Amino acid sequence: MPLISRGFRGRRSEGPPDRIPPGQHLVDDFPVLSAGPTPHTPLEQWTFRIEGGAEPVSWTWEEFTALPSEEVTADIHCVTKWSKLDTVWRGVSLDTLLGRVQHDASYLTAFCDGGYTTNLPLEHVTDDKAWVAYDYDGEPLESEHGGPARLLVPHLYFWKSAKWVRGLRLEDENEPGFWESNGYHILGDPWLEQRYWGD
Amino acid sequence: MPGPVWLATTVTGKVEETPRVRTLLLNAEGWPGHRAGQHLDVRLTAEDGYQAERSYSVASAQGEPLAITVERLADGEVSPYLVDEAREGDGFEVRGPIGGYFVWEDDGRPVFLVGGGSGVVPLMSMIRSSSGPTPIRLLYSSRTLEDVIFREELEARRGGLKVFHTLTRAQPPGWTGYGRRIDAELLREVAFPAAERPHVFVCGSTRFVDTAADGLVALGYEPESIRTERFGATGG
Repeated sequence: MPLISRGFRGRRSEGPPDRIPPGQHLVDDFPVLSAGPTPHTPLEQWTFRIEGGAEPVSWTWEEFTALPSEEVTADIHCVTKWSKLDTVWRGVSLDTLLGRVQHDASYLTAFCDGGYTTNLPLEHVTDDKAWVAYDYDGEPLESEHGGPARLLVPHLYFWKSAKWVRGLRLEDENEPGFWESNGYHILGDPWLEQRYWGD
Repeated sequence: MPGPVWLATTVTGKVEETPRVRTLLLNAEGWPGHRAGQHLDVRLTAEDGYQAERSYSVASAQGEPLAITVERLADGEVSPYLVDEAREGDGFEVRGPIGGYFVWEDDGRPVFLVGGGSGVVPLMSMIRSSSGPTPIRLLYSSRTLEDVIFREELEARRGGLKVFHTLTRAQPPGWTGYGRRIDAELLREVAFPAAERPHVFVCGSTRFVDTAADGLVALGYEPESIRTERFGATGG
């Protein structure tokens, strides 16, 4: 039985409890957290690559935004304990992107401007679970929120939704990425409260 | 290797740093120790079992007893409890230490610390953990003089530490420090030359961090050398 904190009443969330994972609270704004300065790659230089398949595949910004895209509404959960419900994005499904590559990988690492990486098992990014998103709330994604494009994997803690994503590297092993190498959980399921390594 | 577990914690002391800020001295059973810059999670439990969790930076030096320094946020849920209500003998749970990135290990390279408001807390853990000749500069932005946390201790720590204050809202008569929000010009006057390859740690609100980080990149600092910690809605 956890220790009761004398005199603590708390502010009971108005959100639906079955949509707020353990330890999280609802916010109205959209907090910005990241490691390091915000990168700014001009769109003329931006490319998205998939490596580690039979052959590397690459798109320019024009080619990428011409791919079939969809609108996605999702609840998002940051490991720093804020949650935001019904966020609206537009992006290209990883099913579409990975469908262009021949491979037999089990994992991938997303790599980004500024050097950030995060790792994911393939089964967590296929079948309508992940996108590369370039619009948020009907507008082009701002750089502080990961624009021009970020990974969007809403069923996991939002550090897996890598900002400033530039590509995916398909792999046979689950290689810990940036936060995973700095004390955070290798998978990050918010409903199992998998925040830190060993949780 | 198991992750950090929730530890029963007692408040053993409380210090008023500024009108909105308190330091809580804590005894957490089984606390494994921390490195300068790390943080911990606090979990409060109400009588009906309702729980709230938030993260706070550790203020004490590596190797010293655990202390956190908390600013009361007007719309906060946990910080008003810690600042206004919690007293010696009260209990809650903590787990940590957390974070392997915003951490300083002294390797002799100069250190440039840039803090906005309560962003100074993890930087203070670094300052308190330092000894020896490593040159350290702190650029510290606060609204007014009475909002400067750890003011007397920073005054007393002349030596390897150079502190540059800027007060953004009001300056007292005779003030000789800076009196505006940080900008590229201010950074240029205060920062180590980029060629000295200092460690850089910036902590504060996201807008503060962006201004500082972009300004340092413009001065020739390598982006990868600038470590940032942004206070989103994590405190509260």
